[in-house]
Amino acid sequence: MITLEQVTKIYRIGDEEVRALDGASLRIAQGEFVAIIGPSGSGKSTLMNIVGCLDTADSGVYELDGQRIERYSEDELARIRNHKIGFIFQNFNLLSRMTAEENVELPLIYQRLSMRARRQRVAEMLDLVELSDRKSHKPTELSGGQQQRVAIARALAAKPSLLLADEPTGNLDSRTGKEIMSLFHRLHAEGNTIVVITHDQSVADQAPRRIRILDGRVQEVA
Amino acid sequence: MLWQCIKMAMKAIAANRMRAFLTMLGIIVGVLALVVLVSLVTSAGDAVTEQVEGLGTDQIRITITDDGGRPLRLDELSSFTAHADIGEVAPINQISTTARFGDESGQATVTGTTPSYADISNLELISGRFLRTSDVTNNTHVAVIAESAAEELFGTPNVVGAEILLEGRPFLIVGVLADQETFISLFMPGYTVYIPYTTAVRMSDTLSSAVTTMLVSASGTDMYAAEVAIDEMLLNRFRRDEDAFDLFNQALVGEVMSEITNLLAILMGGVAVISLVVGGIGIMNIMMVSVTERTKEIGVRKAIGASRRSIMLQFLIEALTICLIGCLIGVAASWIVLQVATALFGHLMSFHLSPGVVILSIVFSIFIGLIFGLSPANQAARKKPIEALRYEG
Ligand SMILES: Nc1ncnc2c1ncn2[C@@H]1O[C@H](COP(=O)(O)OP(=O)(O)OP(=O)(O)O)[C@@H](O)[C@H]1O
Ligand SMILES: [Mg+2]
Repeated sequence: MITLEQVTKIYRIGDEEVRALDGASLRIAQGEFVAIIGPSGSGKSTLMNIVGCLDTADSGVYELDGQRIERYSEDELARIRNHKIGFIFQNFNLLSRMTAEENVELPLIYQRLSMRARRQRVAEMLDLVELSDRKSHKPTELSGGQQQRVAIARALAAKPSLLLADEPTGNLDSRTGKEIMSLFHRLHAEGNTIVVITHDQSVADQAPRRIRILDGRVQEVA
Repeated sequence: MLWQCIKMAMKAIAANRMRAFLTMLGIIVGVLALVVLVSLVTSAGDAVTEQVEGLGTDQIRITITDDGGRPLRLDELSSFTAHADIGEVAPINQISTTARFGDESGQATVTGTTPSYADISNLELISGRFLRTSDVTNNTHVAVIAESAAEELFGTPNVVGAEILLEGRPFLIVGVLADQETFISLFMPGYTVYIPYTTAVRMSDTLSSAVTTMLVSASGTDMYAAEVAIDEMLLNRFRRDEDAFDLFNQALVGEVMSEITNLLAILMGGVAVISLVVGGIGIMNIMMVSVTERTKEIGVRKAIGASRRSIMLQFLIEALTICLIGCLIGVAASWIVLQVATALFGHLMSFHLSPGVVILSIVFSIFIGLIFGLSPANQAARKKPIEALRYEG
């Protein structure tokens, strides 16, 4: 369902040129659980942002579910992000003024779901990440692991076909990190497609498939 | 979506109450100025117009200033009345003298006139009758006095048949009039007494039998036609000497007054609108800051699927909400101010919130919210999701 063909992304700052992605090709099928590893600055986040339709490639082809992404306008990309992609960030990126519940509800509001459908889905998702008893808490009133679980619930709320996580355990201690990873395993077992970027070899080792990024290129890891 | 945006706006405002209030202050003061100033001017204007209309706007006052050796005689007036556009014509002359009954006495303004005067000035009889034509032709010593004069001199309004002394001469009271503020009584204090025109001329050393002042009414409601008609006839009478007489149409006073108040209301309103615009600029300023501060939030919203339109709508509605809340507070404050003004100056005139200006201020506030919210909202909507997400305030 994800196909990248010779994708490049070049950042120019003054005269300097950074080839963040340099002919990256990759194929990920529905239902896979993939870990992406690689040294810092190798282009992992850049790849993830393109896959997640937050950014566009400078050249090459990116197809999501058989549709070429570069053809879409910004609002169409917003629609794709809303319906097909669930993003999980290293720093959680919850809206601090809103409660856990309201954060999880947000993508559903942009889907224009009815109030009843939203309520039901939010309850379901908070139940899934075992935070039903914290639904009225603001992010500052939650631990790091709890915040990340709220973020996961938010990413899952829209029932996306693709879950993307950029170092989801990077800001968590190892025990909490393990909890998050076991949550990913459960979600994978339920049929979700998951792509996780990680620095942590032990986290990567848990994934059935591992990909290494080096200097903007993709290598499979045996 | 709209409802969600309103909820989000309320939340954003509630999260930063002090700043929101300070932002609103510009709008609050602007609306307060607009509503209070315009309401004050229109209230005052209404009061003045009412007063002017009470003086009788349905009469034309003519003063002959220079008859060129051809004085206007009483019997000539009937020729004016013959014109189709003219209703009635009444000459007046006035003496200020002492009125006496028994031990009671006081200053009186004695007006000599003809029966037509009662109709032209809409006099209202309480008892008895007004002057008659026979009174004028026979220069009888009869008087019609105002109720207040009767009360003060006689202690009762029932004075028909009693005698009153004017300049020491006895006059038979034939009628009592309801008190009325006429244009003349406004400038002539004292008891109001009417006697036949000819009698007044005989009584005074200074008055001549020539008519120097008269009141003219229209046959219908068209004061303008009456004015044109009497002007033309008087011009003919005085050999087209435009300086022979002055013509004063009281209907004009009312018109001029309301024109002045309208102008004042527009002027004051204009100044207030400028302060509203300044308030709008304040809102734009704060919204710009807010958009920058919330870049990360915008990035997150976009990452989870917010379209440009929904971001735009969110910030636009936030600006609109600030404006509208400010407007409502301003209107409420105006109401309080006018209420206080009425409590203090209610005996002079009543101040009321004019609904038109309230609607106007709401419309203006929405307009200002839209105009000054648009550019910050657009700025927010245009942010690239990836860059917004990376932003660290
Ligand atoms: N917005 C940007 N402007 C300029 N250069 C950028 C930008 N984003 C990334 N880069 C550059 O592109 C390269 C790849 O960056 P990327 O963030 O993808 O690395 P990464 O593999 O995610 O690293 P890390 O593991 O440290 O997160 C880096 O050399 C970085 O400096
Ligand atoms: Mg990275």
